[in-house]
Amino acid sequence: MLPNWFNKWNRDNPTNIYGPAILVGTAGVAVTVAAFLVVVGQPFKTDSIQTGPRGTGMSRTEFVSDLAKPDPSIEVMYTEAPYIPEGGEPLARDIYQNVQVLGDLTEDNFNRVMLAMTDWVAPDQGCAYCHGDVAIEEYGADDLYTKVVSRRMIQMTQNINENWDGHVNVNKEVGVTCYTCHRGENVPSDIWFKMGSVNEATAGWSAVQNRVTVQSQYTSLPSDALETFLLDYGRIGVHDLEAHVAAYPSEEGYPTWQDTERTFSLMNYVSNSLGVNCVFCHNSRAFYDPEQVTPQWATEQLGIGMVQEMNNEYLVPLEDVYPPERLGPVFADAPKAACKTCHKGYQQPLQGLNVIADWPELATTGAPVYE
Amino acid sequence: MAEYQNIFTQVQVQGKPEWGMATENADYERSRNARFSTLIGWIGNAQLGPIWLGWTGMVSLATGILAFNIIGLNMLAQVGWSIPEFIRQLFWLALEPPSPEYGLRMPPLNDGGWYIIASFFLLVSVMSWWARTYILAMEHKMGKHVFWAFGAAIWLFLVLGLFRPILMGSWSEAVPYGIFPHLDWTTAFSIRYGNLYYNPFHALSIVFLYGSVLLFAMHGATIMAVTRYGGDRELEQIVDRGTATERAALFWRWTMGFNATMEGIHRWAWWFAVLTTITGGIGILLTGTVVDNWFIWAQEHHFAPMYDGSYGYEAYGSYETFIGQEN
Repeated sequence: MLPNWFNKWNRDNPTNIYGPAILVGTAGVAVTVAAFLVVVGQPFKTDSIQTGPRGTGMSRTEFVSDLAKPDPSIEVMYTEAPYIPEGGEPLARDIYQNVQVLGDLTEDNFNRVMLAMTDWVAPDQGCAYCHGDVAIEEYGADDLYTKVVSRRMIQMTQNINENWDGHVNVNKEVGVTCYTCHRGENVPSDIWFKMGSVNEATAGWSAVQNRVTVQSQYTSLPSDALETFLLDYGRIGVHDLEAHVAAYPSEEGYPTWQDTERTFSLMNYVSNSLGVNCVFCHNSRAFYDPEQVTPQWATEQLGIGMVQEMNNEYLVPLEDVYPPERLGPVFADAPKAACKTCHKGYQQPLQGLNVIADWPELATTGAPVYE
Repeated sequence: MAEYQNIFTQVQVQGKPEWGMATENADYERSRNARFSTLIGWIGNAQLGPIWLGWTGMVSLATGILAFNIIGLNMLAQVGWSIPEFIRQLFWLALEPPSPEYGLRMPPLNDGGWYIIASFFLLVSVMSWWARTYILAMEHKMGKHVFWAFGAAIWLFLVLGLFRPILMGSWSEAVPYGIFPHLDWTTAFSIRYGNLYYNPFHALSIVFLYGSVLLFAMHGATIMAVTRYGGDRELEQIVDRGTATERAALFWRWTMGFNATMEGIHRWAWWFAVLTTITGGIGILLTGTVVDNWFIWAQEHHFAPMYDGSYGYEAYGSYETFIGQEN
């Protein structure tokens, strides 16, 4: 194919072209990479925040590119400052019928809260989502389950802000509103249901784990951790507090390695929910030791108590109110909440945005205090 | 000399297969196939076969295959006999030991019963393979070093699946048969008993494990480096030291002031390897039986130092600064 003179020249002048080619190629790539790093900088830069004493390796590391991105929910969040009552205005409970919550609000503020709730929970359906497609005079009726549920959810929100202040306002005033969980959706993301047995043809310890489920956070750890701990008040701690104790696995109440896996499953869920790691709360060399935990560990303890109360006092009792399509796929149980329902992967929900500032109505179970 | 700088063996011997000693029963005892594979020759002897199984090998293979299939079929049953799901979830699936409440009784088949059966066959399989290493060494009039080395690994295997569960009074303490699940067991086991890193036998086991790796790298490198002087004929060099041995010894003596001998390096390697599992097995056996919280045990024995400094990120920075809300 090639002209004869070319082939002949090549035959007469044998030259090793591979050696120099590899050398030039390697050097070329090295120069290009070096130039890229100098000009553009390290593309996968990380930043970290220390969480414990030096030498313990306690720190949380994130990509700078991730840190630079604010939670997109913050920008689209609807909020509106309250109308400070001057006193003497008629209250919602006197103006409207069947006002069981938020009755202490003035008409302006009542409508302001209603409008905000629409935007937070049912932006597409509007008022009709809870009140039905009826004239405004009939808004007092409790015909729709959505209205019954939202009344209970308002009470839950007020309870969280008032009685779980130690969790939701631990660093500064942050609080929660409907939006903290709902984010503009009828049903919040990251809710959970009971799973029961996840494996076929098994019972006991074999039945509750080793499957890719949301509850196990896609690990092979047990899928019943949220149910055991955040609904049934199961014991989370698994350690003996002495070097040796005479107790054995077949005895009732002995924490086994199986129990440890379940606790690990919960802890992994918490870490993922907050986008942190073990050493955000613990010194991982002694997970159980209360002398080697961070203040966040105490916040987390309160959070667990808060979720247990939310599930047992507020969410589960609504089971009979929901239509079938809102119930769990296996046990037809009510949807339940856990860390991720609010946190959505952030250390503080909405990155610590003070969502309650404009909503004193949701901050207390009593009459709102405007300042 | 380029063949010594390659990760694959460059020199292969292929020709008439070597059949081993001719005996009266050779035809009956050994497989009759022997062939050559260039691919195999890159990493070892190019000759493949004949193989001598004997009754121990047959028992071992049969029970091993049985155990493997019991485990696999249990996993398949867990996903409703769906092959795609089996492939998709393979790394997650496991045959788990019984629930704790059954103690040392035989549990129902679907809650660890199959685990006990699979473990029994696996035990028979491993033990008869162990016997095979003894019998083969005997037949060859060799020392029993391979037998004892394999025994060291079996010691750890038995501690995990037999001795410790019996001492703890429950088969539930055994290790699951599954890819991720056995790792879950490892993590949970360490956490449950207060951090296995504070178990001195665990520490020794790590020393011997990493030491084995280091010794193997040093020895392999040294021999390949002096192969050009005949250093690969290690057995001859042991009794008739040549320039290869002299150079290798001098290299290490000048490097670190000490050198092993052509023979001694193999004792180093053997002991490091067997001590990895011997010490590891002791460490596991003590956990939950003698010591229930290794961290507290370490504090009582004064080798868990406390660190000075605050806990919590607030002492080192603020969340707002970290996420770029403030500077």
